[in-house]
Order: sequence, then C-alpha cells, then structure tokens
Amino acid sequence: MTAVGDVRRRRIDELAARAGQVPEGEGGVSLTRSAFRRLRRNPVAIIGAVIVVVFLVVAALAPWLAPRDPLAQSLLSEIRPGFIPGSQEGYPLGVDNLGRDLLSRLIWGSRQSLLIGVVSTVLGVAVGMVLGVLAGAFGGWVDTVVMRFVDIMLSIPGLLMAISISVLLGQNQYALMIAIAVTQVPIFARLLRGSMLVQRGSDYAVAAQALGVKRGRIVFGHVLPNSLSPVIVQGTLSLATAIIEAAALSFLGLGDPDLARPEWGAMLANAQSFLSIRPELAIYPALCIIVVALGFTLLGESLREALDPKFRR
Amino acid sequence: MLRFIVRRLLQLIPILLGLSVLLFAWLRALPGGPAQAALGERATPEAIERYNELFGLDQPIYVQYLKFLGRAVQLDFGNSARTGRPVTTEFLERMPGTIELTVVALVFAIGLGIPLGYLAARKHGSWVDSTSVIASLLGVAIPVFFLAYLLRLGFAVELGWLPGSGRQDVRMDATRITNFYVLDGLLTREWDAAWDAVLHLILPAIALGTIPLAIIVRITRASVLDVVNEDYVRTANAKGLATATVRRRHIIRNALLPVSTTIGLQAGLLLSGAVLTETVFAFGGVGSAIYDALFARDYALLQGFVLMLAIMYVLVNLVVDISYGFLDPRVRVQ
Repeated sequence: MTAVGDVRRRRIDELAARAGQVPEGEGGVSLTRSAFRRLRRNPVAIIGAVIVVVFLVVAALAPWLAPRDPLAQSLLSEIRPGFIPGSQEGYPLGVDNLGRDLLSRLIWGSRQSLLIGVVSTVLGVAVGMVLGVLAGAFGGWVDTVVMRFVDIMLSIPGLLMAISISVLLGQNQYALMIAIAVTQVPIFARLLRGSMLVQRGSDYAVAAQALGVKRGRIVFGHVLPNSLSPVIVQGTLSLATAIIEAAALSFLGLGDPDLARPEWGAMLANAQSFLSIRPELAIYPALCIIVVALGFTLLGESLREALDPKFRR
Repeated sequence: MLRFIVRRLLQLIPILLGLSVLLFAWLRALPGGPAQAALGERATPEAIERYNELFGLDQPIYVQYLKFLGRAVQLDFGNSARTGRPVTTEFLERMPGTIELTVVALVFAIGLGIPLGYLAARKHGSWVDSTSVIASLLGVAIPVFFLAYLLRLGFAVELGWLPGSGRQDVRMDATRITNFYVLDGLLTREWDAAWDAVLHLILPAIALGTIPLAIIVRITRASVLDVVNEDYVRTANAKGLATATVRRRHIIRNALLPVSTTIGLQAGLLLSGAVLTETVFAFGGVGSAIYDALFARDYALLQGFVLMLAIMYVLVNLVVDISYGFLDPRVRVQ
C-alpha cells in the first residue's frame, strides 16, 4: 500500500473490488442479461435512459429541429445595452445579446456538448485503460511505475489539472477536450487495475493459467472483459462531469473561443453578464446542462446497481 | 501507530518529487518559457535573454531542475508577473480566506448532510428518502458557478440580505493579525468586523458546499442502509438492546466510517474547487488569484499556486488517512 490520495484511491478501489460479482440465485443467466433485466425494471434507469435518448436525438437532428440559423444575428436594432428583447413570434425563447435565436442555439449546442462529453470521456477511458491494463496484467515493477505516475496525477485536484493543461495547449475545443480527458485518466487507470487484480485471483483465471493458456489470452479473453463493469459505470458518470467541467472551463475563459460553435457551457458562461437583465439566457443553457448531466448520472447509478449485486436494494 | 504515520510521511516524498517535475516541465513547455512567464507578455527579447542568463536558464535542463527544486524547497517560486511580489507571499496572504471559506462550506455540508442522509435511510422508500436522493443528484449536476451566481443574484442583489462580494466590507477598518478575518475580529475584539466577515462567508460557503453536501447525503444514506443489514446489528437487536443504543453505538458509528473518507476527500478538493466560487463572489482568496492569473497570463503565480495547493491537498489527505487509522483500527494493519 502506498500513501497519498489514499482516501480517494480507497474509494476507487472499493468500486473496483465489486466488479463482476454474480448475485445469488441467478446462476445460469449471464451477468449482462440479468443486469439488463434489472435495469429495465428500474424506473430510475428508464428516466435516465429517456433523457439521454432525447438528448442524442436532438443532437443528431439539430439541423432539422432548429427553427432558425443559430448564428444569424437578427433584431439587432432592438438590442441596446441593458435591453435584450424577450420571446416573440419566431423566437420562442427570445434572442441573446447578439440577436441570435436562443432556442436554435440550444438545439445546436447539444451537438457540441455531446461531442465534448463523448470525446473527452472516450479519450480518458482509452488512456486510462491502457495504463490500467499494463499495471493490472503485468504487475511487478510495471505496476509500481504506472501506479506511482497515476498517484502523482491524482494528487493534483481535477480542476487545477484541467486549468494547467488548458493553459499549456491554448484555447481551442481540442485543448478543452484533452484537458477534461486528462483529469479522467488516473481514475480509470486505477479503477481498471483494481478490478483486474480482483479478477486475476479468481478461480477461472487460475484455472486458465493451470491449463496453460497464454497470458495475453487470459488477460484479454478472461480478465479484462470481466473487469469492465466499473469502467462502464464510471464512464457513464464521466459524461455528466465532462459536460459540467466544460462549462466551468468556459467560465474561466479557457473554453472554445470560436463563438460560431454554440455550446451550452460557453452560452451559460457568457450569459452571466446579463443575469440581472435577462436571466433566462443563463437559465435555459443551465437547465439543459443539469438535465443532461442528471440523465447520465441516473443511468450510470442504475447501471452500477444493476451490475453490482451488493448495491441492489 | 507511529510507524504507520512515519511510513505514510515517507511515501509522500516520491509524490512530491513527481509533482515538482510535472510543474517544472509545465512552465518550460509554455510558449515563451519561464522568462516570458516572469516578465510578462510584452517583454523584449533582450530582457528575456538577460533573464535567462540571470536565472541560469541557458544551462542544461537537469541543472535547471535541481535549481528549481532547491528554490521550491525554500518555497521560493519567483515573483508574480502581475503584482511583482513573491508568489509565496501572495499565497500566504490569500490562503487564510480560502481556508475560512472551506471550513464553513464543510461545516454546512456535514451539518446538513449527515442528518439528512441518516433520515433518508431511516425513512427508506418514503418521500423524504426520494426527495433527498433527487436533491442530492441535482446538487451534483448544477454547475457550481451558476449556482453561485443565482445565490448572489437572489440573496445579495435582489433581496439584499447578505453581502455578495469580497471578504469584508471595504469601509470596515479592521486590524489584521492572521489574515483569517473572522479570527482577527475575535482576537482584536472588533466584534462587528468578525460578524461582517462571517456574513460575507455565508453565500460563497453555501455555493461551495452544495456538491459535498449532495455527496455526503448520498454516502451517508447508502452506508446506513448497508450497516442496518449487518449481522452485528441483528445481534444487537436480538440481545434486547434499546433501539436508541443500537442506532447510536452500532449503526451510526459504523456507518460514519465511509462518510469520513468522503469528507476528507472533499475537504482537499474544496481548497482548490474554490476557484469558481471565489471568482463569482470576488472573494479574494487563492481561487480568485488563480482566475486573475489566468487573465494576466501570470504563469509564475499559477505554477506556484498549483504546486502549493497540490501539496496542501496531499497533506489534507494524509491527515485524513492518519485519522482514519484512529477511527478504524483495521486500516492500520494493512
């Protein structure tokens, strides 16, 4: 055992240790199938799934759903300092400070938020998994080196890490995604390693070893697939944090400077200056972020309950 | 116990070394490098060259690192490009505010979170339970800075109940001793100054404490539900202990172990998470300094602050870990 961030690490490890436990009395049905069955019966999971599906559909169909061009600046003559017109015909939610249709910007913004969430999470999961598999599969000094590195990364609080990376990479949407991804890497690496260590000691892994199966096949054919459930759960939850974190970075002035791409976080951050004049300019994007984050969180939490029998109640 | 503590302390060394390498590399990887960071954006090439010579930046990289390390050990991170003052001085001046804010936020989160979580678990399945679960999920989903703006707009700007910016009324001519404004007020018996500082803490602390509050409610609830089904609780009930005794001695005590882990984790995170909240409330702590540094491209300050905050984070975690060893003797044996 090592020292620092122990608190944080212990929690990750606790989650990892629970991976792939088969519930009693459900033998004969695969874990995936019984988990799916539990998921379908869970109203919380349904709500989460519905939110996520609606979000995905809106993002996919944005060009057809949006009533107007999200970039077209209209009603400019109506906008003066201290006055931004509210809703009117053709502009159900009103316009922003540059006279752009808020509803259309929200609809288009779902794409960018989805993109940021997915890309940064996939990136974080991918790098985290490579590190986790290295540590979990080889053990020994590889494990020590990788985990020391992960510990150092964990010792910098997430937001500070994201800020530092953003400063380093400059301001563009890729920097934003990478910055968020980097904060996720150590979590996934540690999670996967812990869960692989548990699986490596399990009967079937030992049996496979005794039968003379090569290490590569044991790792990728047996241990890894069975260790993935906490990673899937954490990944779903990370989609929510990534979207919120993107908003935070936008607020700090580290977001995507390309204003042509509407994005909820940036919209929310920009609207802070008009909060007392037109609070809805901030409230609508904030609601979008909250609802979508809630959707992913509900889905992730019920996935955890479904995949982790001990959590079931 | 002593061996446990010493071992934990020794294990800090590689982490701190790794941190210093990362941040050393970070400053050098920036466009313009450390000279630009120290002299600011508009430095002339001659000035940069002179700076590089002066601070040995023309020497091999490992020599530079060792020098950096030598200065870092003495907590010397150079001067802020924005104010021209030593980074460490800035940090020490601003840290008390952030610590005050963190403590109040934690008190808010713990004081409300544990009773709520416990209540939710006891009324498992009732509307109290579902409301607190939903509220705690919402608490994590709200962007912190937006919540902070809403609180400020509602309670400071519209209603005018509480101050919405700063750490103390600027007209308050308070004596400074420790830079913990509340403490200073109490020490100098300037009660109005202390009270004013407390009022200034309330809104930011609520904004900052919401996420930990939500997390503590959920962990407490889950943990109580776990413990209630344990064999020792059944045993305690079976041998006829009073319900109140079972709750106090067997359920709450054991259920609070994971909660204490979470609290420790959050305490460390809050110290740095205050960047967003402090910015909204122009609070004048470490967090708003980081925000200002971002705008002024004051990288020397950023480097020093991130490193010192990371060290504090690590130390807070260590303290939590050690106290965990006291709370739960099983941990020490590992």
